[in-house]
Amino acid sequence: MSKFLKSTALAVAVSLIAAPAFAGKFGLGRPALPEEISAWDGDITPDGTGLPVGSGDALDGEEIFAEKCASCHGDFAEGLGNWPKLAGGADTLNHEDPLKTVGSYWPYLTTTFDYIKRSMPYGDAGSLTDDEVYAMVAYILYSNDLIEDDFVLSNETFFDVEMPNANGFIVDNRAETEYAQWTGEPCMQDCKDVVEVTMRALVLDVTPDQGGAAEDAVAETAEDEVVEVAVDVIDAELAAAGAKVFKKCKACHQIGEGAKNKSGPLLTGIVNGEAGAVEGFKYSKPMKKAAEGGLVWTEAELAAFLAKPRAYLKGTKMSFAGLKKEADQKALIEYLRSFEN
Amino acid sequence: MSDKDNNIVSSRRAFLGGAVAAGAGALTANAANAQTPDPLITEIQPWAQEFGDGVDAVRYGLPIEHEGDVIRRNVEWLTADTVSSINFTPIHALDGTITPQGCAFERHHSGAIDLKKEDYRLMINGLVDTPLVFSYADLERFPRENHVYFCECAANTGMEWAGAQLNGAQFTHGMIHNMEYTGVPLRTLLEEAGLDTAGDLAGKWVFVEGADASSNGRSIPMEKALDDVLVAFKANGEALRKEHGYPVRLVVPGWEGNMWVKWIRRIEVMDAPVESREETSKYTDTLEDGTSRKWTWAMDAKSVVTSPSPQAPIKHGTGPLVITGLAWSGRGAITRVDVSKDGGKNWETARLAKPGEKMALTRFYLDTDWDGSEMMLQSRAMDDTGYVQPTKTQLREVRGLNSIYHNNCIQTWLVRSNGEAENVEVS
Repeated sequence: MSKFLKSTALAVAVSLIAAPAFAGKFGLGRPALPEEISAWDGDITPDGTGLPVGSGDALDGEEIFAEKCASCHGDFAEGLGNWPKLAGGADTLNHEDPLKTVGSYWPYLTTTFDYIKRSMPYGDAGSLTDDEVYAMVAYILYSNDLIEDDFVLSNETFFDVEMPNANGFIVDNRAETEYAQWTGEPCMQDCKDVVEVTMRALVLDVTPDQGGAAEDAVAETAEDEVVEVAVDVIDAELAAAGAKVFKKCKACHQIGEGAKNKSGPLLTGIVNGEAGAVEGFKYSKPMKKAAEGGLVWTEAELAAFLAKPRAYLKGTKMSFAGLKKEADQKALIEYLRSFEN
Repeated sequence: MSDKDNNIVSSRRAFLGGAVAAGAGALTANAANAQTPDPLITEIQPWAQEFGDGVDAVRYGLPIEHEGDVIRRNVEWLTADTVSSINFTPIHALDGTITPQGCAFERHHSGAIDLKKEDYRLMINGLVDTPLVFSYADLERFPRENHVYFCECAANTGMEWAGAQLNGAQFTHGMIHNMEYTGVPLRTLLEEAGLDTAGDLAGKWVFVEGADASSNGRSIPMEKALDDVLVAFKANGEALRKEHGYPVRLVVPGWEGNMWVKWIRRIEVMDAPVESREETSKYTDTLEDGTSRKWTWAMDAKSVVTSPSPQAPIKHGTGPLVITGLAWSGRGAITRVDVSKDGGKNWETARLAKPGEKMALTRFYLDTDWDGSEMMLQSRAMDDTGYVQPTKTQLREVRGLNSIYHNNCIQTWLVRSNGEAENVEVS
């Protein structure tokens, strides 16, 4: 016991000595360096605090948008499939199924800058320069008819833009509008005269199929057997490196068991497969033409395409800047090769 | 019970068919006397004769394969991509209140990231006396606490605003889990950085953000930050799972799940909210006249019958029936749950498994004798503020039809005489 107390006392003494002068109660952690704070602290508040110096216009923004955003958000920010629509919806907020976009709903333009800078492009977050973000915000504003195409958006002109729904929000008022009337002893007996079913979920039939684990288990076993055969020809290490590179592709492409077409075609069996051949995917005209011309995705052709998609095939829908490093191309192709049809 | 009954079947029709068949079989079994001896008793079974698995057969165990249908499920049509999506806890198949981590719902904005403890950093900056950086090891040296809290996505039951849509408690109410968290109070960390610089703390905020690519950020009023928010690194006794923010996440008791930032990397003391995307364009509630409520953080009292329910039909025929479910409130503790079998005409007070705890799930039971007649099952929760869970009609009267979040209405399951259940809306 006494020994225990002694060692505790010693530990306290040591930690007091170790604690730097600035320290709080526990002296844990270390001061954050200014470079570290500026690397992580990028938030922008509605009064403009945090807005960096920079500028861009809708024309610049359109180019970047076409390359980096249109595959999900559509060429005109109208949103493809289930991806968010960024434009339109003016005056729909009090209608059935309102369309909530930057133009129709977002109260602060600073939020748009903060969000694009922080989280976009999807799958390549934080890669845009401040000027590019200004240009992109300008393009989204232009798509919402909120600025003219010659308007240069900058930290100076930022608040010249009026957000249509700036005054459309109220602070949570449930305490006044709900809590007061939904409090107290509730009815226990004969609370209604008649009860009728007014709507049934089965009629809609939108519940996912819950097929399942038992079948999946069978499928997995079968897959394992196949993999065993394939293992000796795939460089597992290289394919694993490729799996990491594939993260850049995942926003648009799926591969392997259960893969489906997204904004890009599914890629199972792509290596040495015919171009433009995935059923149900709407390819660009140039890709269809190349397919008709007999293009086969040999490793060499794939590498060339992946290096610079738009230079390789002008007009391709694949809005991806490209894999500059040969090592990345090779690894990715090895990964793709590990998923055969 | 044959092996087949334990397996999962692939279509709803087969599922319901199976339920009926099992129900019929069970009716016979209910008879007072067995006609023939049960071979499971009279014959020596392999498991009673041979060895089972040795220790270490599985170093970290998953549930036995016969429970393979107790899994998270997603609703594909809801979102464009699984990387920015949500799935649902199989609450219809669980009991008690603690959600096992392995089947607790996931919600990601840029996928679940792989962040090692040694690569983890937590920064506290802004209006503090000394901006600090903590390592994971630093966090483990602060005095820590244990608390059980539910985490509910604001969009839980959101698909049901316009009418009965999804046929199963997992899908209508499964964006929720309830775990015992171990962590350091946020107050301790803020005080370590020093709050003198912030001056009057009334009207101050903290902005919290994650380390993933979405860097999901939310503003939390200082009053809440200093009250009960936890910087947590363990759940149910073990490390957080990757999909729940390993190695460190924020726990914001009673408030919408989106604020429970995972992989939390930065906490900034500010004099105003950021009004980030997640607190303006999302997680706001549009009313009938087109104006929208913001800062609707608290999750109001809510409950649901988890069994019987569409995915958990009655298979045993008439006689003793356990009706059970979950209740919770983000504004306090559950004090009472009433259950109705006739769509809200008459109510009986259910038995709480334990007295309700603040901002944690409460399990309720109504032990009943079922005569095989059709039921319209509902549950109605009350919390210690006196609040009574409203009907969908009451919610719509105040909010209209365009809301997405914070649907805490009373749910109805239509249970037919064959034991099948369906999600319905009643007058």
